[in-house]
Amino acid sequence: MKHTLKNVFHSPRFLVGFIIFMFILLTVLIYPYFVHRDPLQGLGKGFLEPGTYVSVYDTNNTGTYRVELPEAAANRLEATLPVKDRQTMLNYLKAMGADVSGLDTSNEHFEELISAWKANYSEADAKKNKYEGFATQAQRNALKRLDNSLNADTSVAMSIVRGEGDSATTTKVAENDYVKVDEVANAVTLPLGTDNFGRDTLTELVKATGISLLVGLLAGSIATLLGLLVGLLAGYVGGIVDDVLMFIANIFTVIPGFVLLILIYSALGAESRSIATCAIIIGITSWVWTARSVRSQVISLRNRDHVNLSKLSGHSLFRIVTTDILPYIASYVVMAFILQVSSGILAEAQLSMLGLGPNPNELPTLGLMMNWAKLFGAYTSSNAWWAYFPVILVIALISFSLNLMNTGLDQVFNPTLRD
Amino acid sequence: MKTEEIGAAVVEDTRESVSFGTRDKDFSKEPLCLSGRGVTRVFHTGKVTTVAVDHVDFDFHKGELISIVGESGSGKTTLSKMLLGLLEPTEGEIMFQGQPRDISTGAKKREYWKGIQAIFQDPFSSYNVFHKIDSVLLDCINMRGGKNLPKEKKYEMMTEACSFVNLKFAELTNKYPFELSGGQMQRLMIARIFLLKPNILLADEPTSMIDACSRATILDMLLKLRDETGMTVIFITHDIGLAYYISDSVYIMEHGKFVESGKPDKVMLEPEAPYTKRLISDVPKIHEPWDLSTVDLLQNA
Repeated sequence: MKHTLKNVFHSPRFLVGFIIFMFILLTVLIYPYFVHRDPLQGLGKGFLEPGTYVSVYDTNNTGTYRVELPEAAANRLEATLPVKDRQTMLNYLKAMGADVSGLDTSNEHFEELISAWKANYSEADAKKNKYEGFATQAQRNALKRLDNSLNADTSVAMSIVRGEGDSATTTKVAENDYVKVDEVANAVTLPLGTDNFGRDTLTELVKATGISLLVGLLAGSIATLLGLLVGLLAGYVGGIVDDVLMFIANIFTVIPGFVLLILIYSALGAESRSIATCAIIIGITSWVWTARSVRSQVISLRNRDHVNLSKLSGHSLFRIVTTDILPYIASYVVMAFILQVSSGILAEAQLSMLGLGPNPNELPTLGLMMNWAKLFGAYTSSNAWWAYFPVILVIALISFSLNLMNTGLDQVFNPTLRD
Repeated sequence: MKTEEIGAAVVEDTRESVSFGTRDKDFSKEPLCLSGRGVTRVFHTGKVTTVAVDHVDFDFHKGELISIVGESGSGKTTLSKMLLGLLEPTEGEIMFQGQPRDISTGAKKREYWKGIQAIFQDPFSSYNVFHKIDSVLLDCINMRGGKNLPKEKKYEMMTEACSFVNLKFAELTNKYPFELSGGQMQRLMIARIFLLKPNILLADEPTSMIDACSRATILDMLLKLRDETGMTVIFITHDIGLAYYISDSVYIMEHGKFVESGKPDKVMLEPEAPYTKRLISDVPKIHEPWDLSTVDLLQNA
């Protein structure tokens, strides 16, 4: 066993395939610990190119989440207290006889104007004295509204918030400072942009790869187990059992597997198609060739002397099959399993690409991502390469690595293939 | 007695103890062990029908050493598989210890195999390469109902069996059969028979894959085992010379039929069937030119 493993890992093909596959697998396993985002959460509208994005909503609509550049700051002051209002304030202060020397409507004296206003204005005073120009109720109400609006935060310095929730810390920065992007709350880097739903493609891709691997693994396991069972029974027991099982296998062979898959899948309806259903259906439509090859291996083994000797030693059928046949074909079965996993992933991708994949509202799969890219014109009108090219690359890499591992194993177990 | 080094174990050559004393014994008075009437086996491959064994009759008695001699393809191995119960005859009946043989269920087969065991031609393919030597021998003890024996007793039995074939169990334990030489593997096979002590041993060309030196040792051990346990040995071989020296009776098989049978002296010295004559003349003789003209003899017959 140890020797075999050593041989396997000395095969360059197997090693390259194994490293690629492990890289993909580890990424799938580790990525969620670093990025906590829900893979189906929309971040924006439609395809966004790869890059770093800042949430416009947060920048505009909350008091604290603000980062603005100098001109923008001036505009914001203007927006907060228009010059017209400043003139009204100045007029009122003059009318009530306050000291207005050095005050004007410019941004430079903004703070002085406001502090003077706060020191002198009171609603009761305005009502009682009815100063010139502010004698009517409507005029006094306008003053009151103006005062209310000034009670909002109008500090010149801006604040930015790092972190979220209770642990948020507010840092004041000057108007003309530059701020690092990663210090801005709700800034998000999207290395692969977003898909048509505005979902982060990378996060979605990692999740989809995990799901597709799971589908492949499940489908591969089902197909291999089923194929192994049928192959062993047909090959070892022979006779009528062999005839019946091979008859069923022949039926599955003549009906094109993919057409069968499509038919079963369409019959199920989108809502009842879960990841598990997907894997099971792929599994039960792809066991045939494993069964056939296992059968032929078993037939060549069943008349070997060591099997005859085991029979003569009084061993049961189960024991002979598990200890005298199975270990001899184990390497072959492992290789078949790897290919089944690979074809399971491809079958899922093909089905989903045609819109027959698992329920799209639950989880993403590689095939679903391709399907969405196709439906929303990522290839054509949007020209959003990031929405489909990485998916194609991942499917190709998984398939490539598994096939490479298989060829490597073949070389180790089949001496005639060695260079 | 001389000793020679074979592989890991020191082998004692015990050929001097070989007894050919049963050669002139009349076994027809001994009880019947295995007999067959009209035993036939036909194989169908597509439209081709092959009659591998064609209506053969035989009577094997207790303690007898029977050789079945024939060339490749004459049906020896098919017959041996039918005798072992690994293959059902298409036609005819096999009697085991005077009773019609019944191996219709798994349990009956297991019971039958307590009475008949085999040594196969190729020692290298006779063992499961994933099982250690210990498990091969333990299987035999278990089969003889020794499953609940204490560990020490089992160890003792395995050691005894190995020393019978001049192997040291202490050196073999935890090893795999493929770590031994061909001769050692075949001797381990005899150790297995020693533990099982069946009534009948079917040896299907047990010496054809090993060197001449080991061959003599193996034959010697087989004969010693026969003498000690009184079992019937059915020796299947293509080597008529070998059959002559060791057998109590010889069956010559050609195209699935027994063409001649009887005591070795009668069959070898006064052969009647042309096929027997050819087989005898095919044995190369040292210091004499080899007469290859007998090939025609068969074709003209």
